[in-house]
Amino acid sequence: MKILVCVSKVPDTTTKIAFTDNNTKFNEAGVQFIANPYDEWYALVRAVELKEQLGGEVCVINVGPAANEQVIRKCLAIGADKAIRVDAEPSDALFVAKQIAAQASGYDMILLGKETIDYNGSVLGGMLAELLDLPYVSLSSKLEMDGTSATITRDIEGGKEVLKVSTPFVASAQKGMAEARIPNMRGIMQARSKPLEVVAAVDAQPGSKVQSYALPEAKGDVKLIDPEQMDELVRLLHEEAKVI
Amino acid sequence: MSVLVYAELTEGQTKKSTLEAVYYGAQIAQKRGTDCVAVAIGPADEGVLQGLGAYGASKVLHASGEAFAQFQSRTYAKAIADAASQAGADIVVLSHNSSGKALAGRVAIRLDAGLASGVSGMPSGEGALTVRKPVFSGKAFAEVEVLGDKKVLSLNPNSFQPQAGEGSAAVEAFNPDAAPADAEVLKRETLSGDVVPLPEAELVVSGGRGLKGPENWGIVEELAQALGATTACSRPVADTGWRPHHEHVGQTGVAIKPNLYIAIGISGAIQHLAGVNQSKTIVVINKDPEAPFFKAADYGVVGDAFDVVPRLTEAVKRQQQS
Ligand SMILES: Cc1cc2nc3c(=O)[nH]c(=O)nc-3n(C[C@H](O)[C@H](O)[C@H](O)COP(=O)(O)OP(=O)(O)OC[C@H]3O[C@@H](n4cnc5c(N)ncnc54)[C@H](O)[C@@H]3O)c2cc1C
Ligand SMILES: Nc1ncnc2c1ncn2[C@@H]1O[C@H](COP(=O)(O)O)[C@@H](O)[C@H]1O
Repeated sequence: MKILVCVSKVPDTTTKIAFTDNNTKFNEAGVQFIANPYDEWYALVRAVELKEQLGGEVCVINVGPAANEQVIRKCLAIGADKAIRVDAEPSDALFVAKQIAAQASGYDMILLGKETIDYNGSVLGGMLAELLDLPYVSLSSKLEMDGTSATITRDIEGGKEVLKVSTPFVASAQKGMAEARIPNMRGIMQARSKPLEVVAAVDAQPGSKVQSYALPEAKGDVKLIDPEQMDELVRLLHEEAKVI
Repeated sequence: MSVLVYAELTEGQTKKSTLEAVYYGAQIAQKRGTDCVAVAIGPADEGVLQGLGAYGASKVLHASGEAFAQFQSRTYAKAIADAASQAGADIVVLSHNSSGKALAGRVAIRLDAGLASGVSGMPSGEGALTVRKPVFSGKAFAEVEVLGDKKVLSLNPNSFQPQAGEGSAAVEAFNPDAAPADAEVLKRETLSGDVVPLPEAELVVSGGRGLKGPENWGIVEELAQALGATTACSRPVADTGWRPHHEHVGQTGVAIKPNLYIAIGISGAIQHLAGVNQSKTIVVINKDPEAPFFKAADYGVVGDAFDVVPRLTEAVKRQQQS
């Protein structure tokens, strides 16, 4: 089993979001960056589990600058065997998909997270599958291998679907796939000497560009309702907020 | 250049997310002085498809052959891209729901189009199209310019209230060559009958660790039932198995955008807020007046959930009877 896991770098989940340069840039000052939780907790850990079970190799790929190597090393410490970094600014999903597609041949399975928690696109998997002309299973919460086919549970509108899909395929992972792993000392030591190949970007154009950012309007003060006055709360929800 | 909308069918019917997408596409078409064409894939009665006319579609291309009987992202994406070519569309609209997330990227590649996903506003601009979408898990917004001659937009559910007008769409059979399926469907389970799935729910009642244990969820369910709401929970509640995983909302769970979100015994951690802060109205019930959730709330009740919630349920029932 050769598995490619796509890992993105995102601000830590507790980050207070702010912008600079006239609201055109995310303010990275003091921000702690992490591997995107869906990529690390679910896609990567499931890939490592499958490798432990069936043998093979797990390769992590990231499109980003050299500063992302700290996040890549963590993925190696969790159990990936090697990594590729495509040396480019990940300007948008289309650009990143084309970079990953250029490195993605020869794998039995390509796993991604369901979305990045910064730009919340949830589109890269479909792009990659179309570029590689492979099946795509989005929003997967369970994945079992049986020879060259996988049985995958995924979300559909209002329910779940169980699919049987043959390798090679692309799947995006979410909660349920695996339990997050904390790298141990041995993993961290080994990660230092695992191969991390840096490759140049292929020529590609982005399909979108952020023009500016805005923060949501601050909420007004909360209206406190006496716990004895639930009829009043219902009245406000009906007449003032008009939501029931 | 027309606007093409993917009008998703669920067991032959159009759901609210479909009507939102059609209405949104029709508004864009109207602004640009062009037509909105819908493509529907899978079996459906002609009447259902004609009904899209009331939301602004002038025509519906209907692919109903054997190969289209079941959702398959590769097959459906090719049909949508082919429909865009047939309709001469330079803008394609989908819903940013589960199937839209599987399709949008594929359609963009097929059409060599720029893409903005999860958008929540009407696009501005004529040639260069710019559209708003929530980013950083709802902690901010971005104005995204979609590049390229063709553009794909996926619309966040519950961002637009579709309004039915007059009109009936012309239905035309559409028979593109089918791309191969992705997978064999072994089983398909939908949530029981009348429960609205979380991403689409307009009313949500959610419980946290403050409820102490799964045996206490009766009060949450009774309130949800009285309101006709869907139930949700915080992450630790799902992680400890008190509630099913699909109820987990937040940054690492489902992101929702209901009209009303009632949070019971949830502290309001930043990762929880990230998934619910797009809600139109937030009610927080918590016994700790210092709970951070109150800062994000419209209405707050400081009190013990085990007293407050049953009282609220009774008040809801009284209001419904009056
Ligand atoms: C990377 C990461 C991602 C995360 N993603 C998510 C996510 O997606 N969603 C999510 O929810 N969390 C997420 N979390 C966890 C989050 O940080 C909080 O730990 C979690 O939301 C707390 O859940 P809670 O509010 O139910 O429990 P608690 O924080 O324990 O709060 C319980 C609340 O109940 C109140 N209470 C107690 N008894 C009563 C009573 N009788 N009546 C009324 N109120 C009462 C208390 O005052 C308290 O405010 C994430 C954390 C990390 C690190
Ligand atoms: N710069 C990147 N490098 C590698 N993988 C990425 C990158 N950006 C996104 N991905 C992967 O694509 C998934 C979906 O991203 P998106 O469609 O942008 O929300 C993420 O969860 C990652 O697995």
